[in-house]
Amino acid sequence: MGDAPLFALEEVSVARGGAAVLDGLSLVLDEGSTCVAGPSGAGKSTLLRLLNRLREPDAGRVLYRDVDVRERDVLALRREVSLIPQLPALLEGTVAENVAYGARLAGRTADVVESLVLAGLDAAYAERDAGRLSVGEQQRVMLARALALEPRVLLLDEPTSALDERARTAVEDTLLDLREQAGVSLVLVTHDLDQARRLADRVLWLEAGRLRPVADRAGA
Amino acid sequence: MTPTIDLSLGEVGAALALVAVALVVSRWQRADLEADIGVAVLRSFVQLTAVGFVIQAIFDADRLVLAAVLVAGMVVFGAFTARRRAAQVPGALGLLLIALGGAAAATLGLAVGLGVIGPEPRYVVPLGGMVVGNAMSAAAVALNRLGDEMASSEARIEATLALGATTAQAVRPALRRSLRSGMIPLIDSTKTTGLVFFPGTMVGMLLAGASPADAVRLQLVIMYLLLGGVSLSAVFAVTLAYRRFFTPAHQLRERCE
Repeated sequence: MGDAPLFALEEVSVARGGAAVLDGLSLVLDEGSTCVAGPSGAGKSTLLRLLNRLREPDAGRVLYRDVDVRERDVLALRREVSLIPQLPALLEGTVAENVAYGARLAGRTADVVESLVLAGLDAAYAERDAGRLSVGEQQRVMLARALALEPRVLLLDEPTSALDERARTAVEDTLLDLREQAGVSLVLVTHDLDQARRLADRVLWLEAGRLRPVADRAGA
Repeated sequence: MTPTIDLSLGEVGAALALVAVALVVSRWQRADLEADIGVAVLRSFVQLTAVGFVIQAIFDADRLVLAAVLVAGMVVFGAFTARRRAAQVPGALGLLLIALGGAAAATLGLAVGLGVIGPEPRYVVPLGGMVVGNAMSAAAVALNRLGDEMASSEARIEATLALGATTAQAVRPALRRSLRSGMIPLIDSTKTTGLVFFPGTMVGMLLAGASPADAVRLQLVIMYLLLGGVSLSAVFAVTLAYRRFFTPAHQLRERCE
């Protein structure tokens, strides 16, 4: 069991509107930090959603720690493998209500302040209206909200696409700390190969629904 | 004996003078509504005359089952009409049939059970028509709003699902707003009744010679029945409809990413 990969995809295909998004994709993702890079429309976001079963493959199967995700309790899976979407999508209410939301659904009480600090925000944010934050701040609240679930894996869809350079560096530092100190595995999606190399132990290049060697990419 | 209104066809025809005013206004302002006004006048005449004969036949037969069949027919017609406003909801027709049918059955059943009205066609038919009509509007508005909410809140709903929320938990804010949209028009009109406008039943009874006290009491009964019917219809419609947007594994159905 200890040698089981974090995720394994076996001949996974996904189509949308008759067009293949992922085309017979097989890959193994280990504990640690993996980055899936590739151009827009390559199927990166779809791949990420397969990992916590927000999306079903049309063919093939997805294993999490050697068990088909369809055989797991889907709600428990999503609390353990938490996805943060590309754009902030917070609920109406305060930052604290947002951060506590997922944990409350799981019957737990979240340590809101600790989650905020882990995500690079200070405790003063807790009572602020989530709708009045900047996009960068909202993105960090999304991260805090996911961290409050104490996940074992974080799935991040373009986690810094909405941030300026200073905020991007801060989020990258936070993610590296989470990996090193909290032992949280990361699967990131980005179109930025430099960021992929900064954050990940392993970089995969996805293009037109298939994996390509990173070195094959022009300019890589 | 209070006098009642006894209208001849000629007198009904005289009221068309007001339709002529509408036609003149449309032509004068170039609103291009003359054809629509003509169709509306013709359809209202044909439909109401036809339904008048049907209701007369049901009253003459005095059989409750015939009244129930007529109300069921209204439910079917209402569901087809409301479906056009609920185009974004997959399979809307079936759930509208359940929502309107359920609202009509529960409301009329309760009214009869509580002794508010007797189990007779002359009560069930007109009240059934009003309940189904209002339930149809409420369900159509609520489903229309739900479709808009699902489109505009897709990212937020999926982000909530990603935290381990169930479908019902993720969609709750959208459902709340949809329900409010369906119910608020009748609640507002109930609040302002008697101040801003006189409701139809009361006006009809007063014109027919009833005492104001009787007219008011019947109007209150009808408004309370309608509030119940509208609430049930909207709640049935949205709670059945939201499931159509999700899979059993708490996933949004086919969407754009």
